[in-house]
Amino acid sequence: MLATVGLTHYLVVAAILFTIGVLGIFINRKNIILVLMCIEMMLLAVNINMVSFSAFLQDLAGQIFTFFILTVAAAEVAIGLAIVTVFFRNRGSIEVDDTNMMKG
Amino acid sequence: MTTEMYFAIVLLPLFASIIAGLGGKRIGDVGAMAITIGGVVTSFLLSAWAFIEIAVLNKPAIEADLYTWISTGTLTLSFGILIDKLTAVMLIVVTSVSAMVHIYSVGYMHHDASRARFFSYLSLFTFTMLALVTAPNLVQMFLGWEGVGLASYLLIGFWFKKESANLASMKAFIVNRIADVGLILGLLTAFAVFGTLSFSGIFPALESVAAKDYVFFGYNFAVLELMAFFFLIGAMGKSAQFGFHTWLPDAMEGPTPVSALIHAATMVTAGVFLLARLSPLFEHATEVLTLVAIVGAITALFAASIGLVQKDIKRVIAYSTCSQLGYMFFACGISAYSAAIFHLMTHAFFKALLFLAAGSVIHAMSDEQDMFKMGGIRKMLPYTYPLMWIGSLALMGIPPLAGFYSKDFILEAAFATGGDMGVILYILGVAAALMTAFYSCRVMFLTFHGKPRASKEVMSHVHESPWVMVGPMVFLCVGAVLAGILGHGMTDTAWWNGAIVIAEGHLLGTPEGLAEVHHTSAFIKYLPLVLVLFAAWVAYVVYIKRTNIPARFAVAVDPLYSWALNKWYIDELYDLLFVRPTRWLGSFLWHRGDEGTINRFGPDGIAFVTEASGQTMRRFQTGYIYHYAFILMVGVMALVTWFIL
Repeated sequence: MLATVGLTHYLVVAAILFTIGVLGIFINRKNIILVLMCIEMMLLAVNINMVSFSAFLQDLAGQIFTFFILTVAAAEVAIGLAIVTVFFRNRGSIEVDDTNMMKG
Repeated sequence: MTTEMYFAIVLLPLFASIIAGLGGKRIGDVGAMAITIGGVVTSFLLSAWAFIEIAVLNKPAIEADLYTWISTGTLTLSFGILIDKLTAVMLIVVTSVSAMVHIYSVGYMHHDASRARFFSYLSLFTFTMLALVTAPNLVQMFLGWEGVGLASYLLIGFWFKKESANLASMKAFIVNRIADVGLILGLLTAFAVFGTLSFSGIFPALESVAAKDYVFFGYNFAVLELMAFFFLIGAMGKSAQFGFHTWLPDAMEGPTPVSALIHAATMVTAGVFLLARLSPLFEHATEVLTLVAIVGAITALFAASIGLVQKDIKRVIAYSTCSQLGYMFFACGISAYSAAIFHLMTHAFFKALLFLAAGSVIHAMSDEQDMFKMGGIRKMLPYTYPLMWIGSLALMGIPPLAGFYSKDFILEAAFATGGDMGVILYILGVAAALMTAFYSCRVMFLTFHGKPRASKEVMSHVHESPWVMVGPMVFLCVGAVLAGILGHGMTDTAWWNGAIVIAEGHLLGTPEGLAEVHHTSAFIKYLPLVLVLFAAWVAYVVYIKRTNIPARFAVAVDPLYSWALNKWYIDELYDLLFVRPTRWLGSFLWHRGDEGTINRFGPDGIAFVTEASGQTMRRFQTGYIYHYAFILMVGVMALVTWFIL
């Protein structure tokens, strides 16, 4: 019997995506851009949650919010990339292991 | 003589000292010397004038206030002067010796780099000593008393680069401070009992409190006995009596003129002066008076015995001073205050002379002080040699020199007045006189006679001192010769015009009694003189004729010899009893108390905890974004879990 795709499946996908994002941040030692991408991925996972619940609860507010989040995420990525560019210009590297100037 | 002139006696040395001390750089060494010598000599001339008016012409005593010094509640004290016969005698002694020492120092300190400082200290000392002897109340006397202690400290440690001089100056100061506690207690007792501290207020009130008692640790003490005892402790410290004497020989580390002025002629006699000034009080405290006599006799004998074997020329004279101060004390103890002051005066002249002569010898011998490295220099010091002999003979009590009159009178008075006690005192005194004669001759023979024992190089430099040093010695020599003949009228208590008081009925208080004292049997009268001559002869034999005897004798009686050579082991005893426990306590409190407790748990402990926690916390601050993100995540999850569950 072909199982219908329900709320649970969407939430599982979102959770997997989120976990991949989190692990990407922690495990990745190379590129700051990857960190940015992982953050973006976590954001998308949340968006999937929003949309799923919106459909499930028959409430459009969630989907509207998703649009807002996407917009803000775009702006945020723009700023993030800009920072990375400046950072590269100053330090000649965007390796995560090199970015420890805040060390106490 | 106007009141202002009396004040000038006291204040001129102070002004000179301030100018020389603070402006020494500006006016130069010569300026400083000129101004201090000018001040002290003027003071001496005025003192001589005052002496003639008060002591010779018998004018009444002068009491005047300069200004009100302390005024608080019931206590009002003025800074002033009281010049009676006692003060007049002290004035002439202090200013004459001081003036001579000032002049002598011009020659003696010729090579020193900081002469302005030296002369400033000397004048400061003169001022404080004058303030002491002219004080009309106990507090001003205390000011002078502490002032001379300070000046003594400064001058003993004058060569501050010398370790031993520093230690000696501290020792003198500390020992004196301990005794000063007695003086302070005496002052406080006097104020508690009489409500006033001026002599003119205390003396008339003595009779009314004579029967009063104080309960002290459950014992009853007559209040006047107690007060007199406290003053005695103070006097013993300043006058280096047995028990408090340890500082005096060490004080010889200072320049020799200082030894002559402070540690022979003036400051150390302050204790005797105190006893004489407070004679009305001590006359009411017969038990303490007996104690004074005992202390004095012990000191006289004890110091003389040490003087027999010392090798340092200055130390011998220092112990001699100590011994003579013992004489003065026991004279006070048998109520012969007049004799004590008379001896004080004669002693000041010949002992200052001896010290200055010793300084001249040391100067000539390239700063050598060991008598066993001298000898055979009498021809090269044609002035110092006879002058020092005169001083020694005066000290031994050979007539007609000064010491004969005063020492003889003290011994006769002891024999005549004291009963059994008096006989013991007489014997002790004669024994001390015998030793005095021996060590005086020993000093002379070892220093000037025999074969030279110094190196050729030193001998080639031996020279007579310049006139600026010989002149003062000649002056003091005149004093040492004439003071006895001119001054022996002082032994009569009536001469003092009430400055010295003796209890009614005492032998020395009446002319008949005094005559009786003078007419003791010929045996008592001439025994000291015969023994002194005998001791001088023995010294001549063993140090000139048979020079191998002393060393053999020293070996034969080794325990006694070491006992005396090591100063009766008093310093070692004090070291064991006081110095080491104090050091141990200090070091215990330092290491265990301060470092081990206060520092460990206080500043050091807090700093350690702060740093250790900081070191731990900084590990969290790695600087890696993913670490922060991870902690953030864990935190969020913890919070979420917390709120959901």
